[in-house]
Amino acid sequence: MNWVRRRLGQSMAPVVGGVAILAVWELALLVTNPDGFVLPPPSEIIGAVFNNWDAVFDAARNTGFIIVTGLVVGVLLAVGAALLVTRFRTANEIITPLAVSMNAVPIIALAPIFNAWFGLLSPRSNQAIVVVLVFFPVFINTTKGLTQVEPSQLELMESYAAGKWRISREVRIPNAMPFFFTALKISTSLAVIAAIVAEYFGGRQDALGPLITQSAGLTRYADAWAAVLAGTVIGGILYTLAGALERVAMPWHSSVRTDRQSN
Amino acid sequence: MTTVAVAVSSCSKIFNHGKSNEVHALDEIDLAVEDGEFITLIGPSGCGKSTLLRLIAALTDPTAGRVEVNGKSAEQARLDQDYGMAFQRAGLFDWRTVSKNIELPLELMGWSRVDRVRRAGEMLELVKLPEFGGHHPSELSGGMQQRVAIARSLAFSPSLLLMDEPFGALDEMTREHMQDELIRIWAETNTTVVFVTHSIPEAAYLSSRVVVMSPRPGRIASVIDVDLGNRGDHTREDPAFFEKVTEIREALRAVEST
Amino acid sequence: MITQRAGREDRRDMLKRIGRQIVVFGVFVVLMGFAYSGYKALGQSIDDKQHDWWVVGSVLPRTDDLNMPPILDILTEFGALQGGTDKVLGRLLFEEALFTLREAALGFAIGSVVGMAIAVVLARWKRLERGLLPYVIASQTVPLIAIAPIIVIWGRKNFGFMPWEWKDWMSVSIIATFLTFFPVAVNGLRGLQSPKPENLELMESYAASWSETLWRLRLPASVPYLFAALKIAATASIVGAIVGEISAGVGGGLGRRIFLEAQRYTTGPERLYASVIGSAILGILVFLTITGAERLVLGRQGREAIT
Repeated sequence: MNWVRRRLGQSMAPVVGGVAILAVWELALLVTNPDGFVLPPPSEIIGAVFNNWDAVFDAARNTGFIIVTGLVVGVLLAVGAALLVTRFRTANEIITPLAVSMNAVPIIALAPIFNAWFGLLSPRSNQAIVVVLVFFPVFINTTKGLTQVEPSQLELMESYAAGKWRISREVRIPNAMPFFFTALKISTSLAVIAAIVAEYFGGRQDALGPLITQSAGLTRYADAWAAVLAGTVIGGILYTLAGALERVAMPWHSSVRTDRQSN
Repeated sequence: MTTVAVAVSSCSKIFNHGKSNEVHALDEIDLAVEDGEFITLIGPSGCGKSTLLRLIAALTDPTAGRVEVNGKSAEQARLDQDYGMAFQRAGLFDWRTVSKNIELPLELMGWSRVDRVRRAGEMLELVKLPEFGGHHPSELSGGMQQRVAIARSLAFSPSLLLMDEPFGALDEMTREHMQDELIRIWAETNTTVVFVTHSIPEAAYLSSRVVVMSPRPGRIASVIDVDLGNRGDHTREDPAFFEKVTEIREALRAVEST
Repeated sequence: MITQRAGREDRRDMLKRIGRQIVVFGVFVVLMGFAYSGYKALGQSIDDKQHDWWVVGSVLPRTDDLNMPPILDILTEFGALQGGTDKVLGRLLFEEALFTLREAALGFAIGSVVGMAIAVVLARWKRLERGLLPYVIASQTVPLIAIAPIIVIWGRKNFGFMPWEWKDWMSVSIIATFLTFFPVAVNGLRGLQSPKPENLELMESYAASWSETLWRLRLPASVPYLFAALKIAATASIVGAIVGEISAGVGGGLGRRIFLEAQRYTTGPERLYASVIGSAILGILVFLTITGAERLVLGRQGREAIT
C-alpha cells in the first residue's frame, strides 16, 4: 500500500509545513531572545489575544461591521455598474481600461477627504474607503466575465433566436460567475486591509486600526499582532464564505471540483 | 547490411501500478526498427502508440522489458541525443524567434553561435521557410509552425526521428503537403523515422512498414509492409496506394471487433 | 497570406490606441469635474432652501466650500507659493512623490528578486511547494499594509545596530518589499509551472538539466505571469509607502504631505485635495510604466498579457 502512504504524505505536507513554520518562528525567537522584537513568537501573540480578549473582540466586532457593510455595498455597486456598462459595447471598451488605471490610484489617500466629508469619528468614512477599494476589482473582473464569452456560444444562442436577456441569462452571466467569484475572494482580504488602514486616519477609536497603532506606539507588539491576527481571522472567515458561496452558485465549475479533489 | 535502430523487447507499461485505477497501456511489445526505415504506429485511441513512442524516447520507463536505441539503452540514447522528437503541437517557444527555436537543441549541445546560425539557416531552407528566421512563432500559420518544429527536431542531424501525430492538427491540404516534405527530408537525410498517427492514408503514404496496434492492453496486432516507391501526387491516386489503405483499414477493423 | 498578424501591432495602430486612451482619460477627468461641481451646485441649491441636503441621508458629503472646495481653487493651488518655502505646491508634491517613489522602488526591487527566488525554490522542490505554498497564499489574507505602522515604529527603535543610520523611509521600503514579495512569489511559481507538457518533454528529450530547463523554458515562460504580479505589486508598493508614511508620520513623501494637509484642513482644504490628486497621478504613472514595459516585452514576442 505504497500509494496510500504517498497520498497521506501529500495531504500531510501542508500540516508539516505549517507546524514547521510555527516551530522555527517560535524557536528562533526563543533562542535569540531579542528584546522587544517587532515579531513576537506565536505563543505570545495568542496569549495577547486572550489577555486582551474584551478589547480585541470589541475592536474586531466594530471593524468587522465596517468590513462587511462596505464589502456588501461595494460588491453590489460594482456588479450593478458592470451589468449596466456591458449593455453598451463601446462604453465597455472605454470604461474598462479606465477602471483598470483607476485601480492603480492609492484610494487610501482619499481617507482624509472622506473624514472631512463624513466626520472624523464616523465609521461612515471607513466604510466609504472599503466600498471604493472593493468596487474596482469586482467591477473589472465582472465586466471581463460578462464580455469575454466564447463567440460560438453567442452564435449558438443567436441561432436559437434567443433574445438579449435570454443570452445574458444562459451565456453571459454563467460565464461571468468564475470571474466574479475570483474578484469576490480577492476583495474579502482587500476589505480587511481597507478597513484597518482607513481606521488609521479616523473613525471609531475602539477598532482594530487604532488598537494596532496604539499598541505599537507603546511597544506592546504582541497586542498589535493580536489585532492583526483578528483582522486575518475576519478575512479568513469572509474568504471561506465567499468560497462556499462559489461552490453553491456554480457546482459545475471545474476549478471548484479540482480544488476539492486536490485537498 | 542493415542494423537495428530501435529494439523493443517484451516491453510492458502499466500506469498507476498497484492502484485501483491501474491501466495496462502496453503488454509484451516486441518491435525492431531497422536503420533508415519509416515505421508508422497506428491504432485506435488507447492502444498505447504514444506511450510506445515515449518508451523509445526514454521519456517514460517500461514497467517490464527493455528498449534499445542504436545498440544502447534508450536512456543512454536520450543522454547522447541520438534522436530528435516532434509532437502533435509544434510546441515552439513563443519568446524565441523561429531561428532561435531551431537553435535551441544546438545551444544545449554547446554549438558555437556561428555554427548554430548557419545550421538554422540550412534547416529553414530544408523546410522551405528561409525568409522567416527572424519572425516570432505567433506570426506563423499552424502548418508553418509545424515545419519549424520538424526543422528543430532535425537540427542536430539525429539518426532517429520520433514523431507523435505531428500533422494531427493540420488541415488536409497542408497535411498532404507536409507529408511530401517529410518524405523528401527523410530521403535526403537518411534518417530512421518512428511516426505515430491515427490517419490511415497518412500511414499508407509515408511508411515502409505500418504497425497496427490493438487497445486494452496495447499490443501489436499486425505489421503491414508497404512499398510505394517514389511518392508524389500521383501516388495518392495510385491503385497500389488504395490497396494498402484498404489493407490497413481491415487490420484496424479486425482490432476493433475483438 | 504569409504571416498571421497575431499579437504584433503596427506602430501606427499603437500610437492611435494610446492617443485614444489619453483622450478618453481626459474626457473622464473633465466629466468627473463636472459631476463634482454639479453635485455641489445641486446640494447648495437644496441647502439654500433650508433642506439641509447632507443630513437627509447622512451618507452624502456636505456641499459647502470647506468640504468640497471649488475645482478652480484646487487647480490654482498647484501653482500657489507655500508658506515657509519658496516653492509652489506642484513643485513640493513632485519632490514628495520622488521621495515616495524611491521608498517604493527600493522595496519593489528587493521584493521582486526575493519573490522570484522563492518561486524558483518552490518550483524546484515539489515537497517544499506542497508544504509551504498554502501558507504563502494564505499570508496574502494577512492585512500586510496594516502592519506598516508596526514596522515603522519598531524600525526607529531597533535598527540602531545597523552600520548606517536607520531612516524611517527604509522601514517603508521594508513594507513595500513585503507587499511585492508575495504576489511575485505566487505568480512567479504559477509562471514557472506554466510550460505545457510537450515543451517539458522536448527539454527532457534533449536531456537538458534542471537549470537549463529553468533558464531556457521556465523563466521565459513565466514572464507574462511575472508582469501580472509586478502590476499588482507596483501599485501595492506605492499604497504601502503612503500608508507607512501617514500612519507613522515619516518625515517625507506624499503620505506625510497628505497627513500634514489633513491636519490643517480647515485653513486650506484645496491643499489636501491637490495632494490626493498628486498621489493618484503617481499611482497611475507607476502602473502605466509597468504596463508599458509589459506591452513592449510581450508585444515584441507576439505574446499576450495575462490579466
